[in-house]
Amino acid sequence: MIELKETLKSMISLPGLSGYEKPIRDLITTAWEPLVDEISTSRLGSLHALRRGNGDLPRPAILLAAHMDAIGMIVTAIKDGLLRFTGIGGIDPRILPGQLVTVHGRSDMPGVIVQPADYLLPASQQRCSIAMEYLFVDTGLMADEVNQLVRVGDLISFSQEPMELSGNTLAGHSLDNRASVAAVTQCLLELSHVQHAWDVWAVATVQEEETLAGSITSPYEIKPQIAVAIDVTFAKGPGASDWRTLSLAKGPCLGWGPNIHPYIYKRFADTAEKLDIPCQKEYMPRHSGTDAYGMQVVGEGIPTMVISIPLRYMHTPVELIAMKDIERTGRLLAETIARLELDFLDTISWDEVDDEEK
Amino acid sequence: MKKNELWQATPQIGESQIDLLSRLSNAFAVSGDEGAVRKIVLEELKDIADELKIDALGNILVTRKSRQKNALRVMVAAHMDEVGFMIVNDDGEGLFTFEIVGGIDNRQLVGKPVLVGKKCVPGIIGAKPIHLADKDELKKPISVDNLRIDIGPGNSKKVKVGERATFATRFFQNGPSMFGKALDNRLGVATLIEYVKHPPENIDLLAAFTVQEEIGLRGAKVAGYALDPEVAFVIDSTPANDLPTWDEEENYRYNVRQGAGPAIYRLDAGTLSDPRLINLLVETAELLEIPYQFRQPGKGGTDAGAIHTNRSGIPSVSISVPGRYAHTAVLIAHLEDWKNSVALVHAAMQRIERKILSEER
Repeated sequence: MIELKETLKSMISLPGLSGYEKPIRDLITTAWEPLVDEISTSRLGSLHALRRGNGDLPRPAILLAAHMDAIGMIVTAIKDGLLRFTGIGGIDPRILPGQLVTVHGRSDMPGVIVQPADYLLPASQQRCSIAMEYLFVDTGLMADEVNQLVRVGDLISFSQEPMELSGNTLAGHSLDNRASVAAVTQCLLELSHVQHAWDVWAVATVQEEETLAGSITSPYEIKPQIAVAIDVTFAKGPGASDWRTLSLAKGPCLGWGPNIHPYIYKRFADTAEKLDIPCQKEYMPRHSGTDAYGMQVVGEGIPTMVISIPLRYMHTPVELIAMKDIERTGRLLAETIARLELDFLDTISWDEVDDEEK
Repeated sequence: MKKNELWQATPQIGESQIDLLSRLSNAFAVSGDEGAVRKIVLEELKDIADELKIDALGNILVTRKSRQKNALRVMVAAHMDEVGFMIVNDDGEGLFTFEIVGGIDNRQLVGKPVLVGKKCVPGIIGAKPIHLADKDELKKPISVDNLRIDIGPGNSKKVKVGERATFATRFFQNGPSMFGKALDNRLGVATLIEYVKHPPENIDLLAAFTVQEEIGLRGAKVAGYALDPEVAFVIDSTPANDLPTWDEEENYRYNVRQGAGPAIYRLDAGTLSDPRLINLLVETAELLEIPYQFRQPGKGGTDAGAIHTNRSGIPSVSISVPGRYAHTAVLIAHLEDWKNSVALVHAAMQRIERKILSEER
């Protein structure tokens, strides 16, 4: 699966902040084109790729949504050649000082996020974690040049390069959620070797980190019978060990809670069991924090499912993921889809779901 | 000597010197484990030194003798070590507890790529996700106790407890600036290498590439004793805290300003620089029209603190290349500031005469 790792490395070497997903969309288009029958871009910029099933028409469709947007920053002011900024998506300001970034001005330029010395800050910010509004980006350029090249509203993305770590893991920025895009890519690849009755819509959604806009609009256009959000979840690690965290490299996490249709959950869990694909159960008592939250209430409502890939250090430029979990997620998706009968929806029953512990 | 002759004798900083600085910046030499930088220095200088030795602490002491007899013995020191980490416990599953070596603000640690040990195993310092942190928690810096270096699950044998780690930043340039880790004080090391390659002819140059500066000027103390110089210059990098204040008030506590030239020390926490050497530097700068600045008197210090009290006393002065964001993963220094620092101290050494020591202090 060396190719998948290389694909993912190129996916996390690109920007594609919420609302400005073009760079990553172009790359995903290249990766998906050979694996699908149709590909198009939605009005908001989500990528819609259809892989037709071989069942009779009218054929049911399953939508696989992986958001492609990433968190980042945006310039709010320029002072003496230094850039003030705010976040796009949820950023913990504590992880920012010392991070390398790319400033997308009239041309791209490198920069570093810097923390002024304590005595240049108000008393409230001294010796504690510093709010984002007091940090700067320093490009190393002279003030005149910065004023010519950068404007308020220009984007800033993390530029941490991908790092391969031990145990076939990968670290870098935007693995939330390019890891899931890679899992969907793997699923499409596996589907190209098997028969499947259902149509499969692979969708790389936009703006998940800000408004869930992609997850609301794409299912409306596609009108799938089932929608699956593929996203990342919290892996156990330093500072993260409570019930909300799952184990790295122990398989995909199947969501369980109000945001998930229990019957769809059961189908995925059964497939995993039958094929001995290791997986974990993730309890989501409220909002799943994924595209499934938007998709579930589109139109008359859609049966939804959430499959998550465990990831350490979420929303830092050194998110860490196990390649094995991505491959298993792709495989579980493909195997479950290949087994969907054309009349699967007619068999949905709320009564038969038995929530057995896995 | 005439202005032109002075200029011509100073080492020039071009592409190959910047390339050497880049290699020095990328090299991994936490206080007490300076081998990687020592190796580069030895490769550069082993064939040209008149005398070269590695002392009991790991300092490299290099002598270039003047053709003149009884030439003034001038020590120039630059520390090789950088701030970093030591692995202190193997927590299993590729996670390691670490301690800070030297002064690093723990707010600079989270979310950084690092290199661990002699094999430069890549790792990261991760953080609890923002989603799992409560509001009060977000206001507090994460203490080192709550951070781990993560090399990935799997083969944790690759790293041994006791090994050092450092930020994994790679050197690069943008416009007038150079970016890299450990520019404090690889700028000084690169400068001193040039001096040994192009020594002023009028002096015996006693070059000390020192160890353990960041944890208490340990190497400089014994280097100063062993070399027994008559005067000493210390080349370091000092923070340019010349950023705007949050409330737009004038910043009166900038320490030094980037782009304003080499910073001459009068007073820091460890040294009152010798005024005769300060005057020599100022006169030289004005003669050659090299921009210079005085570092704001205050805390902090250099190897001069340990050198000047050796034996019966060694008149000393420190000169620093201004650098922003010292002791973090990424420092920024202006190439022009470095070039001017290299030229100023070299030209001052060309002009120095023993009689400076009989002038009133």
